Amino acid sequence: MTQEFVHYQSAHCENGVTSSLLRNQGLDISEPMIFGIGSGLYFVFLPFIKVNHAPAVSFRPLSGLIFKRAVKRLNIQMKRKKYRSKKQAMADLDLNIKKNIPSGLQVGVFHLSYFPDEYRFHFNAHNLIVYGKTETHYLISDPVMQYTTQLTPQELERVRFTKGTFAPRGQLYYPIHIPKEIDLKRAIVRGIKNTCRDMLAPVPIVGVNGMRFLSKKIRQWRKKNGNKKTNHYLDQIVRMQEEIGTGGGGFRFIYAAFLQEASPILNAPELREFSAEMTHIGDQWRDFAVNASRVYKNRSQQDDVYNALADQLLDLSRKEEAFFKKLKKYIKTLP
Amino acid sequence: MKKDAVPQDESSLSKKNIKELCYAVDEAGNYTTVLSQGWKPKALAMELSLQDIQERAEQAKEGIRNGTLSPIAYFMEINKMDLNILAGYMGMWRWRVKRHLKPRVFRKLSTRILTKYAEVFQISVTTLKNYTGES
Repeated sequence: MTQEFVHYQSAHCENGVTSSLLRNQGLDISEPMIFGIGSGLYFVFLPFIKVNHAPAVSFRPLSGLIFKRAVKRLNIQMKRKKYRSKKQAMADLDLNIKKNIPSGLQVGVFHLSYFPDEYRFHFNAHNLIVYGKTETHYLISDPVMQYTTQLTPQELERVRFTKGTFAPRGQLYYPIHIPKEIDLKRAIVRGIKNTCRDMLAPVPIVGVNGMRFLSKKIRQWRKKNGNKKTNHYLDQIVRMQEEIGTGGGGFRFIYAAFLQEASPILNAPELREFSAEMTHIGDQWRDFAVNASRVYKNRSQQDDVYNALADQLLDLSRKEEAFFKKLKKYIKTLP
Repeated sequence: MKKDAVPQDESSLSKKNIKELCYAVDEAGNYTTVLSQGWKPKALAMELSLQDIQERAEQAKEGIRNGTLSPIAYFMEINKMDLNILAGYMGMWRWRVKRHLKPRVFRKLSTRILTKYAEVFQISVTTLKNYTGES
């Protein structure tokens, strides 16, 4: 290889891959920046969709969306392909390797051999970069890992074509044109506006309303489903919130880091205060996880523990609502 | 989260020597990144999920022994799948896979379909066919 590929570790896979691909093409942009510009902060509660036998809760938008928004707002051109044929998917990847273009891939986690067993669930929205090939292995830069890893062609094909919800269908992407001048300011403002709109969306299952809806459901779960199922549901929420890739607190800390980084770029010292407030909210999400874990650990039988958790979630939704209303107002005052 | 409050608990990550990146603030309130080797509430959530799967697998085994379920039910559970995922891998409608969970239907399945199941579960056809729910 003529150009040495540099591996960057990140908290979240999708931002990490995007930022790493761009950095390796000479555009220095951090993970929180991509996350913020791509409006990665989100909340959605889908009571009618079951994931791992529990209602789906997600702290991020659909996989691929952060990436799509971020590159669009930065005016970067990307090539993105999905495949029907496994052969074609692998051939295109090999071609990219020959041309020395590191490519981002969407993959399923379940067959990733270098992950610990506990993490290997049928979760299809993971992302990694392939940057080279030896005779027997593909060279992998998985952004949540500290070091680069390797996969055999069979393993790689398997993870690229996993099935189930959000099946990756071999999805492959890479930047084809990065403009010389990047209007970071405009991109940041658009990203923040989008996040405010998402979090305050007048839809019952999205953003702060979704949190409220979930809080209401937590109160009902025990009566309806019994302790065991309820505890399982809670345990799944905590997993979505804290599992590898969220940076903790359901992405709130990455977002706070983004606001802080954006502050000098936009020449807006107030954003630093917003960042501190977001950090505080993130800490409270951590508290929520701690309390939820106590509930499913002790298998407490009382009604109130669930009510207490629901109250805590309700409180969080109020805080976030106030936060995003304030941020929305503030961002409008910027030139 | 403060930099020194980033948890470093024993977990499945630390066993495999994997550390994950966290964003945290330093004394001056500036964001930096810190590596964490795990957090208890999270490890516990993970552990419970695995336990849950174990329980499901045990139930499936019992079903196979009583003759109410086919071996597919067990292998589906230990592969952490549900009907949706398995149907996806099989390229079939969900209801067809669900039907195959009945021993009566399972016994009549063609070798072609059995081979496909075996491939998905990464086992041999004989293992799949002769699984009795004992081990």
